[in-house]
Amino acid sequence: MSTGYNFAYLDEQTKRMLRRALLKAVAIPGYQVPFGSREMPLPYGWGTGGIQVTAAVIGADDILKVIDQGADDTTNAVSIRRFFARTAGVATTEKTREATVIQTRHRIPETPLSEGQIMVYQVPIPEPLRWLEPRETETRKMHALADYGAMHVKLYEDIARYGHIATTYDYPVLVNDRYLMRPSPIPKFDNPKMDNSPALQLFGAGREKRIYAVPPYTSVKSLDFEDHPFEIQRWDQACALCGATESFLDEVVTDDAGGRMYVCSDSDYCGERRDEVEQ
Amino acid sequence: MSQAPLLRVSNLTHMYGNRVGCRDVSFELWPGEVIGIVGESGSGKSTLLSCLSTRQQPSAGLVEYDTADQGLTDVYALSEPRRRMLMRTDWGIVHQNPRDGLRMGVSAGANVGERLMAVGARHYGRIREQAGQWLDKVEIDPTRMDDQPATFSGGMLQRLQIARNLVTHPRLVFMDEPTGGLDVSVQARLLDLLRRLVTDLGLSAIVVTHDLAVARLLAHRLMVMRQGEVVEHGLTDQVLDDPHHPYTQLLVSSVLQP
Amino acid sequence: MIDVRNLDKTYVLHTQGGISIPVFKQAEMHVDKGECVTLHGPSGSGKSTLLRCLYGNCKADAGAILIRHGDGQIDLTTAAPRTIIALRQHSLGYVSQFLRAIPRVPAIDVVAEPLRAMGADLSMARDRAAALLARLRIPERLWQLAPATFSGGEQQRVNIARGFASDHPILLLDEPTASLDAANRAVVVQLIIEAKARGVALVGVFHDDEVREAVSSRIVTMQPEVCS
Repeated sequence: MSTGYNFAYLDEQTKRMLRRALLKAVAIPGYQVPFGSREMPLPYGWGTGGIQVTAAVIGADDILKVIDQGADDTTNAVSIRRFFARTAGVATTEKTREATVIQTRHRIPETPLSEGQIMVYQVPIPEPLRWLEPRETETRKMHALADYGAMHVKLYEDIARYGHIATTYDYPVLVNDRYLMRPSPIPKFDNPKMDNSPALQLFGAGREKRIYAVPPYTSVKSLDFEDHPFEIQRWDQACALCGATESFLDEVVTDDAGGRMYVCSDSDYCGERRDEVEQ
Repeated sequence: MSQAPLLRVSNLTHMYGNRVGCRDVSFELWPGEVIGIVGESGSGKSTLLSCLSTRQQPSAGLVEYDTADQGLTDVYALSEPRRRMLMRTDWGIVHQNPRDGLRMGVSAGANVGERLMAVGARHYGRIREQAGQWLDKVEIDPTRMDDQPATFSGGMLQRLQIARNLVTHPRLVFMDEPTGGLDVSVQARLLDLLRRLVTDLGLSAIVVTHDLAVARLLAHRLMVMRQGEVVEHGLTDQVLDDPHHPYTQLLVSSVLQP
Repeated sequence: MIDVRNLDKTYVLHTQGGISIPVFKQAEMHVDKGECVTLHGPSGSGKSTLLRCLYGNCKADAGAILIRHGDGQIDLTTAAPRTIIALRQHSLGYVSQFLRAIPRVPAIDVVAEPLRAMGADLSMARDRAAALLARLRIPERLWQLAPATFSGGEQQRVNIARGFASDHPILLLDEPTASLDAANRAVVVQLIIEAKARGVALVGVFHDDEVREAVSSRIVTMQPEVCS
C-alpha cells in the first residue's frame, strides 16, 4: 500500500458527501442525485464516477473485483484494481463469488450475485431522456411527472427500421415502477439480471456528476411494446472455450483469413467452467 | 348548440416590460367554432396565441377551458401534469414552421405515433395502423411512413404536423400561420384539407394569420388586432366586407388582388 | 319571416379622410312566407347593402332586423356571431353575385355543402346537388371539377344551385341572373316560383325587368339616401 494517501484516495469529507448522495439514491430508486464529482487521477470516460462510488463504500476488509467488458484482465480493470490495492490496501479478486464490491464497465457477471454484494457501474451518460430532450430543466420535469411516453418513440423507430427493437445496450429500464433509468452501457442481455437482484447496485457518472441506485430486490423493467416484448440476445454458437450456451459471447477474430471464434465475455465465469471440466 | 363555451378568455393582458404584448382581450370560443386572429406583424397575434395555449404565462387575465371533469377551469391553475395531458390529448398546436412542431430526427410514423405513445399506447401494430390512417387523411402516401421528415417538402411537413396533432382527436387546435411560408398551390391544398378536417371532426380552432383570404376560408369569426388590442370583432364575412374600424378598413383595402 | 324596422346604414370610409356615405335611413320592410319581395331602385340606392344587412354581412347603425329562426325570432343587429351562423345554417340562404370558389372542392360538393352543414348525409346531399346542377344545365363532366376554372355564367349557376340546394325558409338573392342567358334565366325564374309555392320567403335584387316582373310578389322601390 502506498503511503501519503488518505484511505481509498478521497478525503473523508468527500466520501461523506458521496455517501449522502448514495443514501438519497438508494432511498429513491432510479433517481439521479447530483454530487460534487472530484478530479481523479485518470481521465473522464475511464470510470471516474465508478471509482468515486467505490471509494465511498469500500472498507478495509472488502474484497474488490473490477471488470471491463466482462474481463478482469483488460487495461481499465487492471489499473482500477491496482489503484484501490495501492490506496486502500484492500484485497482484490477475479472471482465473482468472493468479491464484496464489484466495479464494472459494460457487463454484469454471469455468476448470480448474492446478498451483501455491491455492484458499482461506471456510467458515461446517466440521462435516459437526453436523446429526445436536450434541456436538463425539461428532462428533470419529465422525471418529476413520470412523463415517459415519448421514450417509446425510440423503440418504435427501431422496429420500423429493423423489424425488431435493435437497441442492444444501455437499454432503458423503469425502476420500481417509477423512474426511467439508463443501466449504463451493459448489453440488454444483462438487463434481466438487474431485476429483483439480491445485490445493491450503485451507478456513478463522474463527468455528468450524477449518482443513482437500485436497492436489493427492486423491480427493474425493460421498456417494450405489447406486440414486441423485450428479448435478450441469443447465439447459435456455444462458447468455444467452455461450451457455455447461456452466457454473453464475444466474437473474436483469430486470423487474417476471417477465422473467428465465440467466447464468453465474462472471463471469470468461463475460467471457472473450464476448471470444473478439468476436475 | 351546446350550452358551455369551450374556452373563455377574460381581460387577458401580457406585457413585455413596458411594452404591450396584448391588452385586455376577452372572448369565448364555442365547440365547433373557428376564430381567426388577424393583424399585421407585431400586432400581438402570436403573443395572444402563446398566452392562450399555456406557452406564455400572461401578466393578467384569465384563460378558462372546458375540462372533461371540472367544466371551465383556469388553465394556469391546472397542475403541470394535467396541463401536459391537456396539451397532448385535448389540444393541438400547429406551428408556422413545421420543424418547430415535429421531431425531425425520427420517421413520419413515429412523429404521428408519439402522442399516442405519450398517452400510454403500447401496441406497436395498432400505433402504426393509426399513424398510417392519419398520414392518409392528410394526403401523405402511407408508404412514406418510415421516411425521415427531412425528405419531405414544406407542404408535406405541414400536413405531417397536422396529422401529429390530430391523432389524439383534440377538441381545440391552435394554429400559428399554418400556411405561412408555403407557395400558393401548396397553400390551397392545405387550406382545403384544414377546412375539411375542421368540419368533419367538429374541431374548434384559433387560427392566427396575416392572410385575410386564409381567414375568410377557415374562420367563422374574426378578431382584428392592432398594437396588442382587439379593434374589431365579428363574423368573418361581415368584418371583411363591411369593416368599421379604420385599421380594419386599411387592412382590407391593402390586400393585393391577383 | 323578415321584419326590418327603422334601419339606418352609413358607410364611413376612414381610409379616404373619414367621409360618410349615407345609404339608407329608417328603412322598413316586411316579408311573409311564400312572398318574393324585390328591391328596386337606381344603382347606389342601397339595394345590395340592405340585402347584405338581412344576411348579417353588413352591420346596420340603428334599427332592428327580426328574422324568424325555428319558433322564435332573432334580431340580426344584436345577435352574437354564433347565433347568426346558426341562423344561416338553418334558416337563411343567400345567393351572392359571385361565387367564392374554394380551391380543389368539386362543383357538386360546393352545391351540397350547405345541405351537409344542415346535417344531411353525403349521398342525399349529392343527389340533390346533382339534380340542381342538371336543371341549371351544368354539364355532368364539370361536376367533379373545382369551379374556379369555370366560366362566369357556369360559376353563377353553381352558385344558384348552392343557394337553392339547402331549401332554407328564407332566401336572399343578389342579382342571381346577372350573367345568364335566357334559357338559364327561365330556369332560375322557375326555381323562384317553386320556392314561393313551398312557402319560402324571398328577397331579391334583379337588374332584369323581365325576371323581376315574373317573380315579384311586391316591389320595394329605393332611392339614394331615402327608402320608401
